[in-house]
Amino acid sequence: MASHAQNDGAPSPLHRRSPPRVLLLRKPHHFSLINRPLPDNFHFLKPWESPLPFDDFLSSPDARAAEAILTYGGAPVTADMLRRLPEARLVVTASAGLNHIDLAECRRRGIAIACSGDAYTDAVADLAVGLLIDVLRKLSAGDRYLRRGLWSSEGEFALGSKLGGKRVGIVGLGRIGLEVAKRLEAFGCAISYQSRKKKPYVSYAFYSNVYELATNCDALVICCGLTEETHHMINREVLLALGKEGVIVNVARGSIIDEKEMVQLLVQGELGGAGLDVFENEPSVPEELLALDNVVLSPHTAVYTPETLSDLCDLVVGNLEAFFSNKPLLSPVLYERTGCSAGIGSVTTTKPDSVGFT
Amino acid sequence: MASHPQKDGAPPPFGRRPPRPPCVLLLRHPLQFSLFNRPLPDNFHFLKPWESPLPLDDFLSSDNACSAEAILTSGKVPVTADMLRRLPEVRLVVTTSAGLNHIDLAECRRRGIAIANAGGAYSEDVADLAVGLLIDVLRKVSASDRYVRRGLWSSEGEFALGSKLGGKRVGIVGLGSIGLKVAKRLEAFGCAISYQSRKKKPHASYAFYSNVYELAANCDALVICCCLNEQTHHMINREVLLALGKDGVIVNIGRGSIIDEKEMVQLLVQGELGGAGLDVFENEPKVPEELLALDNVVLSPHTAAFTPESFSDLCDLVIGNLEAFFSNKPLLSPVLDE
Repeated sequence: MASHAQNDGAPSPLHRRSPPRVLLLRKPHHFSLINRPLPDNFHFLKPWESPLPFDDFLSSPDARAAEAILTYGGAPVTADMLRRLPEARLVVTASAGLNHIDLAECRRRGIAIACSGDAYTDAVADLAVGLLIDVLRKLSAGDRYLRRGLWSSEGEFALGSKLGGKRVGIVGLGRIGLEVAKRLEAFGCAISYQSRKKKPYVSYAFYSNVYELATNCDALVICCGLTEETHHMINREVLLALGKEGVIVNVARGSIIDEKEMVQLLVQGELGGAGLDVFENEPSVPEELLALDNVVLSPHTAVYTPETLSDLCDLVVGNLEAFFSNKPLLSPVLYERTGCSAGIGSVTTTKPDSVGFT
Repeated sequence: MASHPQKDGAPPPFGRRPPRPPCVLLLRHPLQFSLFNRPLPDNFHFLKPWESPLPLDDFLSSDNACSAEAILTSGKVPVTADMLRRLPEVRLVVTTSAGLNHIDLAECRRRGIAIANAGGAYSEDVADLAVGLLIDVLRKVSASDRYVRRGLWSSEGEFALGSKLGGKRVGIVGLGSIGLKVAKRLEAFGCAISYQSRKKKPHASYAFYSNVYELAANCDALVICCCLNEQTHHMINREVLLALGKDGVIVNIGRGSIIDEKEMVQLLVQGELGGAGLDVFENEPKVPEELLALDNVVLSPHTAAFTPESFSDLCDLVIGNLEAFFSNKPLLSPVLDE
């Protein structure tokens, strides 16, 4: 059944063609977690249902016909994969992070990318703030104290540390960073930030490097994307600058922090505390952390609410339908950003005709 | 050496008093002073019953205690009518707590005794903890920390879903200094705020409910920020909690007895109430054993005011109130009759 090619070479509208083939790199747990079926106007290729190993599956005629790839953080889209899927014109990732996608290869091939847009922003910002409050005010530690019966036997619990007046440095002032800042302002925190470039419409104090930021802050909240530049950006030097009372919260990617150094400094008492939703080698968590009372450990749940996942599923489906209806993507990735951003007025590089579909 | 009484019967101003410092009965050494080795002010004479071999009752009858002109207490040691009757010189009660449920307010009023409390010294920290507890319960922060520490992330896989804060309808019970700060913080998360209090607050733009049952019926979460008195005792009863519902969350940073704790525990165990974040309990430091087994509750050992800043501010306030009173100046944090 031939598709009806438009004169300009763009794919035929959705309703007038066979369902587009979409390669799923992983089981779509964002859908299954909320019992949401995959949309039936697409043909989803599911490698895990094939007896073939993944590599061979990619070479199969089925896979080679894939026009889009649906992936998640942690399931990489490599140059090799893209080479073997010549019909792929779109990558949709159900993540805010893009570190698992070969962006350069996508750009070379004119492949459009859609990410999680704004779907995750609030939930991640909420958890970042929740982790900071927990570490400073020792919420989980106090809960442990009580559950062990120590309130009765040992008496009063320890003091925490006040939020108001704390100087908090946001690393990466994208959507998530901005929402974290807005929340913390309501608690009376003084906000500053580091990012590659100063943001023109933002009133918070700007630092061009994280070492300076850490030196001038009581806490850091990591909200940036993971790239070559940001890998292990939060190193021993930065953590020492944050100091013995300093607190670090990470809701971005584990490898932005040199985890080994951070653990050592926490154990030695050179760093005050940490609230971590991400780790270098999930689900492995450094054993030393499990014994510390001044850390709060979260199993990468920053986006885990039904509302957030539902918004995300809407967005995934919406992006697929938009692309295959020749409409602009709902949450396109701009190639010069490291994280997902589809703000108002942003230039989309994703209209099929603008990237030379023929 | 005679004191120079003012015409109106007020104690002589501090500067013109005879060299004898005002006598203050200290019912307990305040944690806020002792934790940081902050000395009690030396321009007062503090009577310390625990240093006497006499039981408190006998101490109160002794000549020593009789001369007390002020009482300094904490939230845990009651100031009763009987005590006040036996200390006829007392004109001032200072409590290090924000709460007043341990003080016989009616008797103080009858005797013209002024009362000073912690004022707003704790409000920010208490509001911060209330919000922290709500986030923790909704997003399962402590529960997921336990999950990771038990090694279950590796062995069992993904943790459970939490519940989003944004869009939640949160009802503040008692829109005083603390309640207002809780509201302002939660607005930044996109929560929709409403409140219940004895009277509608003219300057608050939030939706007002005159009774807690209606508030609970129209909210996803309640944050208890009111004080404990006869009217509010067990005000959050079974009916109110059922109205809050199976997914409803309650946070309490007020006093344990504002909630009917036995009913709340039963509803939590039965799954009729979604979760709870509790900093206070009816019989501290005892916590109902059933709660220790639940994953949807966050338990806090009454630490809402536990920061060095709050403690330091409180010490300043206690000293400031004592000095003001005995200099015939207005109290810094008076408890007003309403």
